Amino acid sequence: MVFEYAPAPESTKIVDLKNNYQLFIGGKFVKSNGGKTYKTINPATEEVLAEIIEASQKDVDLAVKSARKAFKTWSGLTGSQRGKYLFRLARIIQERSRELAVLESMNNGKPIRESRDIDIPLVAAHFFHYAGWADKLDHAGLGKNPSPLGVAGQIIPWNFPLLMLSWKIAPALAAGNTVVLKPAETTPLTALLFAEICQQAELPDGVVNIVTGAGETGKYLVEHPDIDKIAFTGSTEVGRLIAQSVAGTNKKVTLELGGKAANIVFDDAAMDQAVEGVVNGIFFNQGHVCCAGSRLLLQESISDNFLDLLYQRMKTLRLGDPLDKNTDVGAINSSSQLQKIRELAESGTKEGAQMWSAPCEIPNKGFWFAPTVFTNVSLSHRIAREEIFGPVLSVLTFRTPDEAIEKANNIPYGLSAGIWTEKGSRILEVAHRLRAGVIWANTFNKFDPTSPFGGYKESGYGREGGRHGLEPYLKAGK
Amino acid sequence: MTNLDVKRTAKLFIGGAFPRSESGRTYEVFDKNKNFVANVALASRKDARDSVVAARGAFSKWSEATAYNRGQVLYRISEMMQGRFDQFVEELSLWNKNKSQVKNEVQVAIDKMVWFAGWTDKLAMVTGSNNPVAGPFFDFSVPEPTGVVAAVSGKEQPLLNLVKTIGSIILSGNTCIVIASKTQPLTAVSLAEVIATSDVPAGVVNILTGDYEEIAPWLATHMDVNAFDLTGVNDRKLALSLEKDCASNLKRVIRPNTKIDDLTRIKSFLETKTVWHPRGF
Amino acid sequence: MSTNYLTQIPSLLSDATKNEESLKKFLNGLSGVDKVGVEERAAKLATRSIKTNAKKEGIDLSIRMIDLTTLEGMDTKGKVKTLCAKARRPDPLDNSVPSVAAVCVYSDLVSIAKENLTGTNIKVAAVATGFPAGRVSLASKLQDTNDAVSQGADEIDMVIDRGAFHEGRFFDIYEQILTIKEACKSAHLKVILETGELKTYDNVKKASWIAMLAGADFIKTSTGKVQPAATLPVTLVMLQAINEFERATGKIIGMKPAGGIKTTKDAMKYLVLVKETLGDRWLTPDLFRFGASSLLNDLLMQRQKLKTGSYSGPDYVTVD
Repeated sequence: MVFEYAPAPESTKIVDLKNNYQLFIGGKFVKSNGGKTYKTINPATEEVLAEIIEASQKDVDLAVKSARKAFKTWSGLTGSQRGKYLFRLARIIQERSRELAVLESMNNGKPIRESRDIDIPLVAAHFFHYAGWADKLDHAGLGKNPSPLGVAGQIIPWNFPLLMLSWKIAPALAAGNTVVLKPAETTPLTALLFAEICQQAELPDGVVNIVTGAGETGKYLVEHPDIDKIAFTGSTEVGRLIAQSVAGTNKKVTLELGGKAANIVFDDAAMDQAVEGVVNGIFFNQGHVCCAGSRLLLQESISDNFLDLLYQRMKTLRLGDPLDKNTDVGAINSSSQLQKIRELAESGTKEGAQMWSAPCEIPNKGFWFAPTVFTNVSLSHRIAREEIFGPVLSVLTFRTPDEAIEKANNIPYGLSAGIWTEKGSRILEVAHRLRAGVIWANTFNKFDPTSPFGGYKESGYGREGGRHGLEPYLKAGK
Repeated sequence: MTNLDVKRTAKLFIGGAFPRSESGRTYEVFDKNKNFVANVALASRKDARDSVVAARGAFSKWSEATAYNRGQVLYRISEMMQGRFDQFVEELSLWNKNKSQVKNEVQVAIDKMVWFAGWTDKLAMVTGSNNPVAGPFFDFSVPEPTGVVAAVSGKEQPLLNLVKTIGSIILSGNTCIVIASKTQPLTAVSLAEVIATSDVPAGVVNILTGDYEEIAPWLATHMDVNAFDLTGVNDRKLALSLEKDCASNLKRVIRPNTKIDDLTRIKSFLETKTVWHPRGF
Repeated sequence: MSTNYLTQIPSLLSDATKNEESLKKFLNGLSGVDKVGVEERAAKLATRSIKTNAKKEGIDLSIRMIDLTTLEGMDTKGKVKTLCAKARRPDPLDNSVPSVAAVCVYSDLVSIAKENLTGTNIKVAAVATGFPAGRVSLASKLQDTNDAVSQGADEIDMVIDRGAFHEGRFFDIYEQILTIKEACKSAHLKVILETGELKTYDNVKKASWIAMLAGADFIKTSTGKVQPAATLPVTLVMLQAINEFERATGKIIGMKPAGGIKTTKDAMKYLVLVKETLGDRWLTPDLFRFGASSLLNDLLMQRQKLKTGSYSGPDYVTVD
């Protein structure tokens, strides 16, 4: 071995962890009313980080009441006043970005390179973008003087904890709503740090309320009669339950659910960049990405060579300590997620697909899964249809553009897709015919606050980001 | 002695054809004074199923048609409607004796279709965007049709509601299955005849007459239907259960009693597609 | 149309250099390079954090990979002499510092460099073929090369004819390189693409292939006289071309970024690029060189810092 990288761990000193965290209701950290507690851990070490409250029905009710109370004053502020609060939040996030990044990596298991270079900068950018919308709502596409909906209940996943928080809170607040947000069970810590940031920004009490907990807490929130809007990012399974639960009410809903994106590589693609794009498409954030390019569709004539290049590239992926600045692939977020990935990977082998994993050394503690590729996959295999939400790529081949499109669309999901070809007209035609909400051509897994994101079909409805992301938090002006 | 009228058989409109219900059933329709008007086809779940197949079959071509072309087709519908002005008035008058109200409804319905026709090639400008992302990428968002849309059309002003329902769905490239007013179905049958002669490709619009209570649940649970407009469902319990059924494949839903403007209605059946591409040489 | 180019390489290769047409066809069949993608990848690799032992190893490796260069109109025998002294013993106070790989000079100064490096393994590299513009006749280029070789140059750094490239005369470039390669005899040939004048990554990739097909031992980014000189993404494109060439032919080609690489931090980024593109096999002076002059002093200062724990200053390294 030559020039082996020495460990380069990011220091955790910047993070001031408490032993116990309370709920954030009405601008204060408060005790629970009968809620149980649970321990949140670092998935890379299985060490306990802190004790967290599982908010009770009473807690959720208090949070909604506090949001309702704050709604009057918050929606009564001028847009420019609300905007200035959001700008403040954006700036404090930038100021405390390293702390947020380290805490995110500790609680989520994602590499510090990603939390530092992607997650947290995008969080600040989201607040910055929507801050500027607050006094321009007349231009949101809903006529003059659109009004906010009221209290939004927001439930976010564990894969991009703070980024998903920003996707939810920034547009809601800009539009004049107040929110009760429930972070994911396994990743509550950055949301609780964000609560502190709200205090530093002197955000009026009750505008943002954060209740921690698991599915039960989320259910209380969804079912609360005084909620006007539900925004959920997570599994299609839970999304379906939410859609059922709000039936017959006046609650508006935005759902951003699962995916099984096709990443289509044509024979004339820029090969080295396509390989990189495929790697980034599925191994970014350990594949814990709803829009991950989990199905590689390779034109048959290049498949062998492409796979050789892919394996060569994958051998350089560095799996390990998420806080090491040179880590590419971090920890799987929880043992239950690891179980799910393993189970699906086993089904792949059982159903006759061939498995190849990058030769990574797996740490003794924590939850890990080596970057893996399945070849000889057919459309009927579970690994070609079900969302694995892990670093597992299923490879299929195609002969013609029509066949590629047909295979790409042949799935109940429709969140995202990738196209790799150097031919412009082909890009536009394939992009046009793919039934998916986000199409990345000659790139993958790119996000921006100005760019609408969301799915077709069972990947949910509503869009987040840009002007489109504002609409679900407003009703048309009278 | 006056000549004997040739009466029209009121049939369903599926895949561009006018079949009887596959169940062979009809129901009697009466006017406001309880006089018999016609035997109207009573659609079954299999008719609904066939309609979905027809609508899905028509989707790719209709959604691929140019916006200009769709606009012309919708405008053609309004032309054909205008030609049948008196017929619509006569049919609506069976249930509404206020002549001026009836005439107004027909003209508003025609004008509404003209308005929809004009929207086809404006929608992408108004609801799409070019997104100034922070990087060397060209990034744009365009509206696209959701797919196959089912609808229960409103009972009041049956022609106008039907036009609003159908127009708002198909102008962007969706195809539809509409369940018309059960008690006042004649204008629906006539509108089907208008559509059949307006260059609307077969299967883009499918119109069923009968009990929505019977048919709608099959459409709500149908996994190849992408959205459901429940506007005309008056029974709250049924509306609740239909909306729950719609969650099966996450259909986009317009709830009954939702007061929405027509542009919001149009947007309810749109998806937004965002496309990224790097720029550089 | 570039269908299926990867699988066609072996069969196309035998035909590739037959004539003008076949070469053009072959080059146009290579897959393109996406600018944003390659720059993004290079930038991501540039975030690698190289600390402690890795840095120590990287510094010594970098020193051993340097082609210590002087290519000025005002170069004198005296200048070359001091440069050779520095090449042999970069840090007079610390003899654990390795020697550099080579000294790189104009062809008329080769014999001076040779004399001053006798008894060492340090190679003498000469720029030739009408450096830096390459705008002289093939006869002059040959003469230039023969002069350098006859004076004992171990390595020849030739420039390609960029005008010919932009005129699409790829075969002329190929043949010139072949001719020079022959004149090199046992000397190693580095082919300078002058990427700053090729302008696009697609062109860089094509030029890399022309050079490799014609028998280059190394491909090199720049003369140092044109901006931009070496950049990380340009180097990445060339490394990937080397990778592809090896996969197609089994031949191993070396790489030399030159110009603008001034700091230890820069050098570490290049080493990362090589390690994660071609692998450890290429992390040797036999296959990777830095064309640089001021880089050496920064490496020495960083080396002192690692050794003593205190930051060094420019007065503690020699200015030659």
